[in-house]
Amino acid sequence: MNIDMIQMRNRRSPFPRQLIKLAGRTTALGLAALLSACSGDVMSPAGHVAVQLRNIMGISTFLMLLIVIPVMVAVCIFAWHYRASNKRAEYDPEFHHSTSLELLTWAAPLTIIVWLGAITWVGTHQLDPYRPLEKIDARTPVDPDVEPLIIQTVSMDWKWMFIYPQYGIATINEVAAPIDRPIKFELTSTEVMNAFHVPALAGMIYTMAGMQTTLWAVGNDPGVYEGRSSHYSGAGFSGMSFDFHVLQQTEFDQWIGKVEQGEALDRQYYFELAEPSENVEPMFFSLADPDLYHAILNRCLRPGEVCMDEQMMNEHARKNGGVKGAHHGGAHAMSAEEQAGPAKASGNGTEELQVDANQDSSRATPDTDPGTELEPVSMSDRSRAAQPGQQN
Amino acid sequence: MSSTMETSPDQARVWHLDEEPHHEEGHSTPLGFWMYLMSDCLIFAILFATYAVLGDRYGGGPDQKALFDLWLIALNTAMLLLSSITYGFAMLHMDRGNQQGLRKWLLITAAFGAAFLVIELYEFYHLIHAGYGPSRSAFLSSFFALVGTHGLHVTFGIVWLFVLLAQIKKHGLTNSNKRRVETLSMFWHFLDVIWIGVFTIVYLMGTI
Amino acid sequence: MATEAIHEPTFLLGKLGWHSIPLYDPVILGTFIGVVVLGTLLVGALTYYKLWSYLWTEWFTSVDHKKIGIMYMVLGLVMFLRGFADAIMMRLQQVLAFNGSEGYLNAHHYDQVFTAHGVIMIFFVAMPFVTGLMNYAVPLQIGARDVSFPFLNNFSFWMTASGAGLTMISLFVGEYAKTGWLAFPPLSELSSSPDVGVDYYIWGLQIAGVGTTLSGINLLATIIKMRAPGMTLMRMPIFTWTSLCTNVLIVASFPVLTATLALLTLDRYMGANFFTNEVGGNPMLYINLIWIWGHPEVYILILPLFGVFSEVVATFSAKRLFGYSSMVYATICITILSYLVWLHHFFTMGSGATVNSFFGIATMIISIPTGAKLFNWLFTMYRGRIRYELPMMWAVAFMLTFAIGGMTGVMLAVPPADFILHNSLFLVAHFHNVIIGGVVFGVFAGINYWFPKAFGFKLDRFWGLISFWCWVIGFWVAFTPLYIVGLMGVTRRMRVFDDPSLHIWFIIAGFGALFIAAGIFALLMQIFVSIKNRKALAVDGDPWDARTLEWATSSPPPDYNFAFTPVVYAVDAWSDMKANGYTAPTSGFKPIHMPRSSGAGVILSGIALVLGFALVWHIWWLAVVSFVGLIAAAIRHTFDYDRDYHIPVETVIRTETGRLAPSGVSTQG
Repeated sequence: MNIDMIQMRNRRSPFPRQLIKLAGRTTALGLAALLSACSGDVMSPAGHVAVQLRNIMGISTFLMLLIVIPVMVAVCIFAWHYRASNKRAEYDPEFHHSTSLELLTWAAPLTIIVWLGAITWVGTHQLDPYRPLEKIDARTPVDPDVEPLIIQTVSMDWKWMFIYPQYGIATINEVAAPIDRPIKFELTSTEVMNAFHVPALAGMIYTMAGMQTTLWAVGNDPGVYEGRSSHYSGAGFSGMSFDFHVLQQTEFDQWIGKVEQGEALDRQYYFELAEPSENVEPMFFSLADPDLYHAILNRCLRPGEVCMDEQMMNEHARKNGGVKGAHHGGAHAMSAEEQAGPAKASGNGTEELQVDANQDSSRATPDTDPGTELEPVSMSDRSRAAQPGQQN
Repeated sequence: MSSTMETSPDQARVWHLDEEPHHEEGHSTPLGFWMYLMSDCLIFAILFATYAVLGDRYGGGPDQKALFDLWLIALNTAMLLLSSITYGFAMLHMDRGNQQGLRKWLLITAAFGAAFLVIELYEFYHLIHAGYGPSRSAFLSSFFALVGTHGLHVTFGIVWLFVLLAQIKKHGLTNSNKRRVETLSMFWHFLDVIWIGVFTIVYLMGTI
Repeated sequence: MATEAIHEPTFLLGKLGWHSIPLYDPVILGTFIGVVVLGTLLVGALTYYKLWSYLWTEWFTSVDHKKIGIMYMVLGLVMFLRGFADAIMMRLQQVLAFNGSEGYLNAHHYDQVFTAHGVIMIFFVAMPFVTGLMNYAVPLQIGARDVSFPFLNNFSFWMTASGAGLTMISLFVGEYAKTGWLAFPPLSELSSSPDVGVDYYIWGLQIAGVGTTLSGINLLATIIKMRAPGMTLMRMPIFTWTSLCTNVLIVASFPVLTATLALLTLDRYMGANFFTNEVGGNPMLYINLIWIWGHPEVYILILPLFGVFSEVVATFSAKRLFGYSSMVYATICITILSYLVWLHHFFTMGSGATVNSFFGIATMIISIPTGAKLFNWLFTMYRGRIRYELPMMWAVAFMLTFAIGGMTGVMLAVPPADFILHNSLFLVAHFHNVIIGGVVFGVFAGINYWFPKAFGFKLDRFWGLISFWCWVIGFWVAFTPLYIVGLMGVTRRMRVFDDPSLHIWFIIAGFGALFIAAGIFALLMQIFVSIKNRKALAVDGDPWDARTLEWATSSPPPDYNFAFTPVVYAVDAWSDMKANGYTAPTSGFKPIHMPRSSGAGVILSGIALVLGFALVWHIWWLAVVSFVGLIAAAIRHTFDYDRDYHIPVETVIRTETGRLAPSGVSTQG
């Protein structure tokens, strides 16, 4: 459904909506006050997206408390009042059916769910992580002249790599953004699935190998916030955290300058980084290989490996004469293939029917020998990862 | 089914029937086996769904058109359909109490089933030998899983069929043996239905 | 410690070798020695008192649904102790691993512990408990002599036990999965988990899954085919109704698990590429498929306990259940809706907003029938005369606890809220809130409620009360901190923490776990003390003045349940019988047709266990031998045509005249 339509429909009845919003905020702030001693990032966020997420959680909690609290009170009252030892309590064993009461028992939760469902529908669309921001805080619309900051994010075993394509830099386990500038994260993973989560900034989103997800966010309050993987990914998972710096513009420029001084990150260096490691300290690089992120996403890091987007293009072209471009329509998780596909069309069909009979043998040997590296299918990744990677 | 007896709270109570409700051994078998078939059907549904998702992910390898020989598969399909018909003949002989005829037609059914399996194994051998085994691509993984699971079911059905033949020989056409022949019949026709789905979705839609 | 040298597989033992036995780990070694000592003592005692033949003939090979139900409960209880030991280990690790400390468990160990905790608690504790209650009570409630397929019932139990056994073996031989309880690929693929842990996971669940599916079919056929005359669908007890819906869910969802795990098996054993990152494989397909099973599974666990609470609240309020038919329709609604919500387990995968909101709203809709149920229990208490026996106390604690758990569940169903709460300890607190507050409390209510029926004496009230309060207080002390730190953004499955301000919450949670430990100890004491005082606690057929048919026979019931099948005229058949002057017949007995015991279930499941072990360790010759053996034993069993017998009329007369309080009339009051 069209999102504008939903918003219009909501505008028609501003009163209850505002009332609920107010109540929700109160509940959220109440929860926040309850937890203020420990200043959780979820309850006191530093970015507009996270603020909205917190508020919608508060609103829905408030709506449900409207019915949960009376029910719990009634349970306590009935349980006490109708105890067998209370001889004054009325006893009516025949009271087991009442149409009006039964209607109420269905209607009461239904009413709450209708409200909650409406909020969910609107909120889910407005806070879709793929939806570009319209405002940087509750009042200020996004300045159309400001280019969003693109941060390409890769979860690795067990650390995070951040690539800033607009600045030609890359980092490990540290990331920064200027205040009030919309950020577009493009995320993928080397092998195992993780979730990218900076609680103070925005919601979490999975990172998956061979696929790209997107997350829009903005930081409003300068500071250092913890981010981490919030989806279990193996032995080094606990140490898979990083600092997210929300900086003033000048500080950000300085930060960029500092990172640029780092070593040059080329393909060979990347392979060293990709080896499993735990509790990794921040590292800074200048990006010597502008194609690195594309190659990670499409799993064609080594010479001879065919990029997934290219392969998909070829297969679609072969099957449908190039008509059907996006057969996975609808699912954002596949957008890596859809978006990157047309851009990389090069009509290469030479590898189509090759037989790699030694594929199974290359998989069984844990060490990569030079021969397997030249194989068109990226078996080398798998062989590398098959080595027992734990350190301690 | 005893619970279909009509009673009403307003009528005079008789707490026990003169004739105890009696459940013959195997009275629930057709229903129970039917439910098993439905759960098996779900396994196939998942395999079909997997094939629907992964069936065009060739990983740089060949697609359906390059691999499948529709005429061979048509022959294979004919084998399985004929085996269903011959099983029907076996059932007709059983209803007439003709044990000789029943055994003869069951054997013919087994022969058609075995022919189906041989052709399928030939196809598999051919594919794997050419380097297109289940590890070649997600498409081939899902293809082998779906068709192979069906093949395993047919194999199991043939083993069951021979066990049943031995039991009929040993005990004759008793009630419980008749029930077993009927149960296997349900299983056999079920496999036929699944195969029609496989043939249509995997082979026909893949190559035409 | 986790780094293991590559060991070449041998023909004789496959990947198995001395290196597979974690003698280097003091925790496991200690446990192992403890288990060996206790096991030897147990075996020795059984041999000394010559109990083996009794156990074999009366229990292991029995096809009596009541005994199988009790065996399920024992299995669940034993595995519960193991699963809880894992829980205590996790709590302790999270208490210790602060301020730069690594705690006492390394990642290799800790990751196995939380995986095993989840798998064991769901598959080998909750499922056996639920199946055990259904197995025991359903045939009695519908006035049947046994289930539709008595042998299959025995086989199902032993397959479940075999799966549990294989999972337990992994503690001492090799290792368990380090993937989390659903083994998401690509982490569970060979590329990231080359060890045998995931294989133990797969084969343990596949073996137990066969048992669960067959038991589901069995109970379904029983409820459809074996109800007493006059018991129409809308006169079935609510527990039978919820069991019916549960078994529909089992039959319609466990095959999905079987197929999904089979595909993962093909990836790991045959080099297939369903869920790998290579040549077109798609790990997200697995996550979808496993949750298509996983969400109905949640309702498989909770629905029967909704039934237990319905029986308990009605019985102890001395009233018919309020809104019987609305309760039935609510159950059916939940059954259907549970198939339409699986995606809410991964809103954060990046599906579109429309998809997310569809599944979010569908999830919320489930809370409508669930809410209606809660209201129905509430209005059953209204104008009732509530006796606070132990089952009723569990029921009230459930209503209060579950209301909160349901609310936090709906919070998680709002996708934007889920974006900040998913995979956090808030989520962990939520599902423990509904599983402990719903399933575990329900199982304890059920145990306290039906124990007198099964054994002829009540459970001790004093220790029962201690257990109750320890559990209820312990639950809130243990999980409120997790709700709080979850709201602060703390992730689940963490082994080490940096932020010292969180420490206090984990210490509190640890104390909660100790309370729960005390509750479990009190439960064991309750059973022990009750057995000791069984004479004083002895009861007749209907100790609670209950309402459904299982109370119309003696406690414990005879093998054949009812000498004469009762005719049903109304909902709450036993209440109706009591109200309309039922007297138990004293003459006219006839021989009773019963199924015969069989050892085939034990043998088949034993071979399945060996097969599973051989497959885990790639001992191919043993796998082939045991597979052929399994088929041969199954075929041999089909040649056994002599499966039933008649209890002679003299035995029936002797039993009927000898049993305690043959009719319920004397117990009205």
